Amino acid sequence: MHDKTLTELAAGLQAGEFSSRELCQAALERIEHLDGELNSFITVTAEQALANADAADRAREAGDAGPLAGLPLALKDIFCTQGVRTSCGSKMLDDFVSPYDATVVEKLRQAGAVNLGKTNMDEFAMGSSNENSFYGPVKNPWDLSAVPGGSSGGSAAAVAAGLVPAALGTDTGGSIRQPAAFCGITGLKPTYGRVSRYGMVAYASSLDQGGPLARNAADCALLLETIAGQDVRDSTSVARVVPDYTADLDTSLSGLKIGLPKEYFGDGLDPEVETAVREAIKVYESLGAKVCEVSLPHTHLAIPAYYVIAPAEASSNLSRYDGVRFGHRCDDPTDLEDLYKRTRAEGFGEEVKRRILIGTHTLSEGFFDAYYLKAQQVRRLIRQDFLDAFDEVDVLMGPTAPTPAFDLGAQKDPVSMYLQDIYTIAVNLAGIPGISVPAGFAGNRPVGLQVLAPHFAEAQLLGVAHQFQQATDWHLKRPAFGKETA
Amino acid sequence: MMQWETVIGLEVHVQLATQSKIFSGASTAFGAEPNTQACAVDLGMPGVLPVLNENAVAMAVKFGLAVDADIPETSLFERKNYFYPDLPKGYQTSQMAQPIVGPGKVEITLDDGSTRSVRIHHAHLEEDAGKSLHEDYHGMTGIDLNRSGTPLLEIVSEPDMRSAKEAVAYIKALHAIVTYLGISDGNMAEGSMRCDVNVSVRPKGQAAFGTRAEIKNVNSFRFVEKAIAFEVERQVELIEDGGEVIQETRLFDPERDETRGMRTKEEANDYRYFPCPDLLPVTLDSAYVDHQRARMPELPSEKRHRFENQLGLSAYDAGVLASSRAMAEYFEAVKETCDDAKQAANWVQGELSANLNRESLEIGNSPVTAEQLGGLIRRVMDDTISGKAAKQVFQALWDGEADTADAIIEARGLKQVTDTDAIEGMIDQVIADSPVQVTQYREADETKRGKMIGYFVGQVMKASRGTANPQQVNSLLKQKLDDA
Repeated sequence: MHDKTLTELAAGLQAGEFSSRELCQAALERIEHLDGELNSFITVTAEQALANADAADRAREAGDAGPLAGLPLALKDIFCTQGVRTSCGSKMLDDFVSPYDATVVEKLRQAGAVNLGKTNMDEFAMGSSNENSFYGPVKNPWDLSAVPGGSSGGSAAAVAAGLVPAALGTDTGGSIRQPAAFCGITGLKPTYGRVSRYGMVAYASSLDQGGPLARNAADCALLLETIAGQDVRDSTSVARVVPDYTADLDTSLSGLKIGLPKEYFGDGLDPEVETAVREAIKVYESLGAKVCEVSLPHTHLAIPAYYVIAPAEASSNLSRYDGVRFGHRCDDPTDLEDLYKRTRAEGFGEEVKRRILIGTHTLSEGFFDAYYLKAQQVRRLIRQDFLDAFDEVDVLMGPTAPTPAFDLGAQKDPVSMYLQDIYTIAVNLAGIPGISVPAGFAGNRPVGLQVLAPHFAEAQLLGVAHQFQQATDWHLKRPAFGKETA
Repeated sequence: MMQWETVIGLEVHVQLATQSKIFSGASTAFGAEPNTQACAVDLGMPGVLPVLNENAVAMAVKFGLAVDADIPETSLFERKNYFYPDLPKGYQTSQMAQPIVGPGKVEITLDDGSTRSVRIHHAHLEEDAGKSLHEDYHGMTGIDLNRSGTPLLEIVSEPDMRSAKEAVAYIKALHAIVTYLGISDGNMAEGSMRCDVNVSVRPKGQAAFGTRAEIKNVNSFRFVEKAIAFEVERQVELIEDGGEVIQETRLFDPERDETRGMRTKEEANDYRYFPCPDLLPVTLDSAYVDHQRARMPELPSEKRHRFENQLGLSAYDAGVLASSRAMAEYFEAVKETCDDAKQAANWVQGELSANLNRESLEIGNSPVTAEQLGGLIRRVMDDTISGKAAKQVFQALWDGEADTADAIIEARGLKQVTDTDAIEGMIDQVIADSPVQVTQYREADETKRGKMIGYFVGQVMKASRGTANPQQVNSLLKQKLDDA
């Protein structure tokens, strides 16, 4: 059962082959058996999940089942869940129980989905390996000595290990796509503004976007259909009709114009990753697509611009963690300044502190123009690169990450870690959607193919990914880890 | 002795009268139990997002139109970052580079009736912080976040004022504008208008400004005057003693009528302003601005001109009556009831204002309603009662004796007797009772008679218990005494 997709499980529930309680019970047992080693969950809400599964079973009997009724899911621990700890992977919020539900959480609940728990992540979504979590690193189910990617590493590992059929993550610079690639699953970052950010703990507000991680593109479509749409509580969510993503998956690829950004195939790209990606593109050619090379000339500026804008926003977004109203507070503060200093020194991890310091610096008087304003100019150039490219081609393709999953502890300095996001980060700066689909292996570690489309072209993106998965079986491969466990 | 000139600029924070907060749906009502009017957004909970209150935008635009300001097509919210326990998010959402209201001007009227113009640099929207409560917590601080997120319009003037009186006139003019517009209750005691006063001095004739001190949170007209007076004296003394004014923030202590240094600007925060990524730029097209313009009420200056030109009031009366929305509305309601602008103006500025002042009441809390006063004036104008009796009736209305002037006139029997037969009867009786005085009168010449008639008038009025019409009594008496 743990191998099945959301779509298959939905059919099984509908046909009465098993109940939601049986399904969720099995998943919870699998988590119980396997997650000690994997560490993909921070909080498992078993009791609540089974109650919700029962409710879904009753609703189905009453003929009142929502589109995701009874399907188990997991949420990255960045989404606020009423009455449940929402830690964001930080000591700062270790004891924080959210008083409200994020909009996407509310939507999933209304659709009948059963949340099994909150998945591990890099603290405040800052990281590319999941090693920056207060709750310890997550392991990659394909190779327990490797990282699962980050920051949605817990969600990706949980799906890859068959603990849940799908999970939600967030992507600020690649945090859905890169772990999806490292864990051999499918992960979609929607267009900025497509999915409400209300109740998603903010890292970099102008870049953050929630999205699904699942076994295939069709399941991502099913989830996106549920979570997308304008939200009156998020002014940056966009008033556009949510298309029927699942209905549009079978569009033919004949005549599809694929652009390969030459900057995505340059120095630093692992040869095995490149081989896998080029093979995948051949598959597209065989399906009738036309391929050409394009250029995104400002790609080399994406990481520098991102590491000005994201930390700037983060330094402000994380100011609320001051020990006054919620979250960690230091013991026996002598005065206000002591309260602030020790609370934040104790509550935040190294990477978070580093980015707060960078952001505080770049926003400071005398540096603002040189850093923040310049980075915003670069951001516009990067966005224009994509718009220009999409005048020529329908979608862009390349590797999701320059290497397969690296070993735990392998990336010693922050900058080499930042370079992990070289192919994903510009996408957030431009606000366009991107998806990572399994496209082979480098050794025993999965490789992801990244597909990018114009703003709000998720339907096309999902269709392009789905067609590939109709022609290949990379997305059907499962790691040996947990294979013997029911 | 060196002649000094004072230079004053003001930052006035006006609390806008929206039902809900500027970025959340929580209520803005004053005086609730601490932290009962703060939702997840106001508390700065993880994951929450602001949504701009459209009413706050409309109110800011109306203010802009009232002061002839530019309304830029695009304005922007920015974050002003600093740590304070009553600032839940660690930043205040405000406007800096692109405020919603551009340069404008306000006409102020001084006590001598002269007017002058004060330029507005800009006005911007921002959210209020909560309140830190230092008493009653045994050395700890209590935080009340009810006020957190309350919409403020910060109105920043140019340094155009040259005296405390001008500064007060300016604040009064702003007070009148915002209350006329209905965008604020203008209640200074509840903090609906709070002023930061920038004061500097310079030798008369010098073009360059002196170094200024900013006095924070001066919350009444009187305190503004006192704070400026103290500050000017302090700065002048400092300079004349060879010292130098430093740029700093000072706090006014109303207990001692003095200002004290808080912190110097050098030590002040670097607020690290940057555009708030959670809010879209505010775009106001000309159709929107025109729509708001069409819904503007009559403003103080327009009302003043109408009172003067259409109602025929003196410039002074028109100025006083138009100075506040409450006063103007009261006056107009009185005028509506009695149909005489001059009488209405006299009563509102005379008897009513005297009583209000004596009991320190605002006109909005007057125990005599405009309709009651209008009804009273009508009875004076149609000769039902004398002017003297009218004062009695007014007092009775003030004391709440009855609901209408008519009821009081009836109950007290104050109706003037204008029936000639009745008055003649009383006159005949008085003449019959006063043979000596009658003889003396008749023997006196014309000039003396004029004085002596007062005795008879008094007697008749007394007999009528004040209800006889004095003019009538006078002329009838003359006829009877002279004709005999």
